[in-house]
Amino acid sequence: MSLDGTAGVTINGEHRRVPGGTSLAQLIAEVGLDPLRVAVERNLEIVPRSTFGDVMVEDGDAYEIVHFVGGG
Amino acid sequence: MKSSTSLAGVENLTDTWTVAGRTFTSRLIVGTGKYKDFEQNAAAVEASGAEIVTVAVRRVNISDPKQPMLMDFIDPKKITYLPNTAGCFTAEEAIRTLRLAREAGGWELVKLEVLGEAKTLYPDMRETLRATEVLAREGFQPMVYCVDDPIAAKQLEDAGAVAIMPLGAPIGSGLGIQNLVTIRLIVEGASVPVLVDAGVGTASDAAVAMELGCDGVLMNTAIAEAKDPVTMARAMKLAVESGRLAYLSGRMAKRRYADPSSPLAGLI
Repeated sequence: MSLDGTAGVTINGEHRRVPGGTSLAQLIAEVGLDPLRVAVERNLEIVPRSTFGDVMVEDGDAYEIVHFVGGG
Repeated sequence: MKSSTSLAGVENLTDTWTVAGRTFTSRLIVGTGKYKDFEQNAAAVEASGAEIVTVAVRRVNISDPKQPMLMDFIDPKKITYLPNTAGCFTAEEAIRTLRLAREAGGWELVKLEVLGEAKTLYPDMRETLRATEVLAREGFQPMVYCVDDPIAAKQLEDAGAVAIMPLGAPIGSGLGIQNLVTIRLIVEGASVPVLVDAGVGTASDAAVAMELGCDGVLMNTAIAEAKDPVTMARAMKLAVESGRLAYLSGRMAKRRYADPSSPLAGLI
């Protein structure tokens, strides 16, 4: 946590600041994504969808948020 | 007549195939890459009659999260999504991708491909085999893209592959099936479904794969890069069906010389 109480995180390689005490579910909503259509990796560990509301975002977290796109 | 029984079965759509306990009628699996837009992609899937589509796993665009998504156009409740590992060059990358895919969709049935290098997109079989073992241990049902090598195919099957998917030619090349003999050897040796994956360029290539006794064909570029993808999708549907019928009907033997079709008796 930084001095202003926000947490600096990386989402898909992009840096963002979020208020302290943000849950992963809130972070996903904040970004504007449907949690039912994505999968999330936090610091290289898969986060089960059922726990999005319980996982608290911490300063320095790196997230990968993926979905299905066209492919062969 | 034995053959007519089996053909009647095909007409009645009882000629199904089963992979990892799931039964499908269509033997054509299509990719969802390279299309002009989602509408065209969805129309091509419809015309192909495919019940399975391959999809890739990629980062969401967090700067534009509301842009249209594949799922808005191809309903995963109606069409089975087969997540792939396209673009992965190591077992670890492929396993990581499929773990995410399983979390995103809840699907154990996946397509594994581990590429060796970018120019040919030829599979790295050592990494592919290693990834197959790990995925099978973790409860995945991997359908595995591989070289057209009957020994490698058996090794993959022993490692837990639920389907063997040899290339007919390099991915996206449209060159058609380059080695009929090895594809046939794989079909004869396998006790899981065999699908030609990659290399099909036009309808006759798909028919050839089916005439060799393959359980199905997987393609993307041949449809997506046709001038009229929706019509080509229909051509592929018919080709896969006709190749399958030709295989089931038992083709005539080849002769080195002519054999007249009209009777020789009663010539004037």
